[in-house]
Amino acid sequence: MEKDLLLSVNNLKVYFHGEETISKAVDGISYEVAKGQIVSLVGESGCGKTVSALTLLGLVPCPPGKIEDGEILFRGKNLLNFSEQQMQKVRGREISMVFQEPMTSLNPVFTIGDQIQEVILNHENVGKEIALKRTITLLKDVGIPSPEERVNDYPHLLSGGQRQRVMIAMALACGPDLVIADEPTTALDVTVQAQILQLFRELQQKRNMAVLLITHNLGVVAEIVDRIYVMYAGIIVETGTVKEVFKDPFHPYTMGLLAAIPGSSKKGKPLYSIPGSVPDSAYKPEGCPFNPRCPYVQDECKIKFPEMVNFKAGHQARCPITYRLWENQELPKNRHFGFENVKRAGQA
Amino acid sequence: MISFIARNAVRKSITLFFVSVISFLIIYLAPGEPSQIDPLNPMFTKEVLERFRKEFHLDKPLHIQYLYFYRDLFTGKSVSWKDNRPVLGKIWERFLNSLPLFILGTLITWTLSFPVGIRAAISRGSFYDRSTTFLAYFLISIPGFFFAYILIILVVTQLHVPVIGMQTFGLSSANSWTLLMDRLWHLFLPSVLGAAGGVAILSRYVRNQMLEVESQDYVRTAKAKGLPSDQVHYKHALRNALLPFVTMFGLVLPGLIGGSVIIESIFSWPGMGRMAYEAILARDYPVILTVNFVSAILVLAGTFLSDLLYMVVDPRIRL
Ligand SMILES: Nc1ncnc2c1ncn2[C@@H]1O[C@H](COP(=O)(O)OP(=O)(O)O)[C@@H](O)[C@H]1O
Ligand SMILES: [Mg+2]
Repeated sequence: MEKDLLLSVNNLKVYFHGEETISKAVDGISYEVAKGQIVSLVGESGCGKTVSALTLLGLVPCPPGKIEDGEILFRGKNLLNFSEQQMQKVRGREISMVFQEPMTSLNPVFTIGDQIQEVILNHENVGKEIALKRTITLLKDVGIPSPEERVNDYPHLLSGGQRQRVMIAMALACGPDLVIADEPTTALDVTVQAQILQLFRELQQKRNMAVLLITHNLGVVAEIVDRIYVMYAGIIVETGTVKEVFKDPFHPYTMGLLAAIPGSSKKGKPLYSIPGSVPDSAYKPEGCPFNPRCPYVQDECKIKFPEMVNFKAGHQARCPITYRLWENQELPKNRHFGFENVKRAGQA
Repeated sequence: MISFIARNAVRKSITLFFVSVISFLIIYLAPGEPSQIDPLNPMFTKEVLERFRKEFHLDKPLHIQYLYFYRDLFTGKSVSWKDNRPVLGKIWERFLNSLPLFILGTLITWTLSFPVGIRAAISRGSFYDRSTTFLAYFLISIPGFFFAYILIILVVTQLHVPVIGMQTFGLSSANSWTLLMDRLWHLFLPSVLGAAGGVAILSRYVRNQMLEVESQDYVRTAKAKGLPSDQVHYKHALRNALLPFVTMFGLVLPGLIGGSVIIESIFSWPGMGRMAYEAILARDYPVILTVNFVSAILVLAGTFLSDLLYMVVDPRIRL
C-alpha cells in the first residue's frame, strides 16, 4: 500500500479566527490515501470533516480561516505551496469533490449539461461536440435515464438523488485520481442513499480512482471502505482497516459510533446515541476532547492530551486508558454493543 | 404565453380601474376646491364661480364627475384648468423636456452601480470596498439640494459652465454645434446629481446581492471544478445576482413620468416633476389626475415587463 501513496496529510491545522475566539476546526490531523483506495473520514457533525476536505482543494475561506500548520502531499507535492493558478488545475481534474447538499450545489440558471461540460472544456483542449458527447456518456454512467434529453434540463427539474448523480458525473468528468465525497448521501432518502453508495463503489472499481468518503454514519462505510479514520473535535482518534475497527474498536468514541449504527442495537430498543454533543471548536475541553462524554474517563484524561497509541500494526487509537485495559486483557469483547453498560459500569 | 399575456392584461386593467377610482377620490377628498382658489380676488364673483363650477362639471355628483373626467381624458378633450391647454399636449411637452434628463440619469445610474457594486463585493473588505461604502453612505445621507448647490458653485466658478435651465438664454442664433454643446452642458449637472443618489443606493444593493450569491453552495461547486475566478464570479455568481434587478428594471419605467421636483426646481428645468408639483398647488385636477393615471399605466406596464423578463432569465419560472 505504501508504495502507491496518493495523498498524505500530515499534522494539518486549520483555525478560524473570530473576533475574540479561535475555532480550532481542524487541529492536527494526519491521514493517507493510496491509489484506488476508498478511505473514510468518520465523525459526528461539527468534527471538522468538511473543513479538512475543503482544505485539500484550497477552498477554505481565508480569512476567517487560516492554515496554521501541516502539509498536504498529493503525489509527493505539497498542495499548500501551490499558487491559486496551480490549484485551479488540480481542482476538478486531479481532485474533485461531491458535496453534501445536492439541492443547492448545482447552479439553478444553467442546464446540467452546461455545468458538466464546463469542467471538460475548462481542463481539456477539446471541442464542444466532444464535450457534449462525453457529458451524455457520463450521465449514462451515473444512471440518469435518457441522458440525451436530460442534458438540457435545468437542475430544478431533477430529484435530489438525480442531482447528486449529476454532481458525481461532474466530479468524474476529467477522470480525477481522487474524489472527495462529503456526506454524499446524508441529504437523501434512505433508499436513494443505498443506490448512490452502490454507484460510488461501482464507479470507483471501474475507474480505479481513490475516494475519500466523509460520513457521520459508520454503517454507511462498512461494506465499501478499505480504511477508516475516526475524527473527533478536529483530531483523528482512531484509525484502522474496516474489519479491525468494527471488530475491535479501541477508542471509546469509536465504540459509541458503532453502537449508534441503526440496526446494531437490539430490536425494539430505541436507537442509541452518544450522550452529549461535539464541543464547539472554539471551546474544547482540556486534555482529551472526548473526556466529558467518555464512559472510560479517568482524572488524567482531563489534564493530558492523549497521544496516538499503536494497538496493533496499522491500528491506532488516541486513548491510554483503553490501551492499559487492553494490555491487561480487561477490555470487554463486543464493546460497541455494550457501550451503554460500560457507561453504567464506569459511573459505578 | 398568449394566455399569460391575456390574463395579465385583464388583471392589470382591473387594477388600473381601481387606481383611477381611488386617485380620483383622494383628490376630491382633499380639502379645498379649485373654485376656491382665490376667494378674495374681486374678479371671482359668485356668478363667475357658478359658471366655472358648471363648466367644469363641479356641480355634478362625484361618480358623474368621474365619468366626465375619464371620458374627456380618453377622447383627448381634457384641458388644464389653469391655462385651458389640452392636458395631454402639456404633458407631452414636459415629458420631452424630462426625457433627456431621465435617459442620461438612468444610464449613469445603471452603468456605474453594477461595476462598482460587483467589484466591491468581490474584493470584500478591501480598500476599494471600504471607500465605496463610505462614499455611498455619504451620498445617501447628504441632502440633495445642499449637494446640488455645492456642485453648482464648483462647476460655475471653476469650469464656467452654464447650469441653469435647459439652455443659455438668447443663444438661439449661434451655430448648431455651440447650441448642442450648450444643451449638453445644461444636461450634465442635473443628470449627475439625479444619478448620484441612485448610484449610491443601487451599488449598495448590487454589492449585497452579489455577496449573498457568492456564499451559495453552487459558487463553491464552481470553484471546486477548477474554474478561473473570473468565470466563478462573472458567470456563476453574477448571473444569479442579476435576477432581482430584472424586476427593478421594469420599475424604472414609471420614472419616465415622475421626474425629480427638487432637481428640476434647483436647475429651473421645465420638466414633468415641476409641472405636476405646480399642478397640485394650483389644484389643476385634470393635470394631476392625468399624470397619476399615466404613471399608473407605466407602473403596470413595468411590472408586466419584469414578469416577462424574469421568465426569460430564470429557468425556474415558467408559465
Ligand atoms: N467559515 C467558517 N467560519 C468559522 N468557523 C467555521 C467555518 N467553517 C467551519 N467552521 C467551524 O469549524 C468546525 C467544523 O465544521 P465542519 O468541518 O463543517 O464540520 P463537519 O463537516 O464535520 O460537520 C465547526 O465548529 C464550525 O463552527
Ligand atoms: Mg460537513
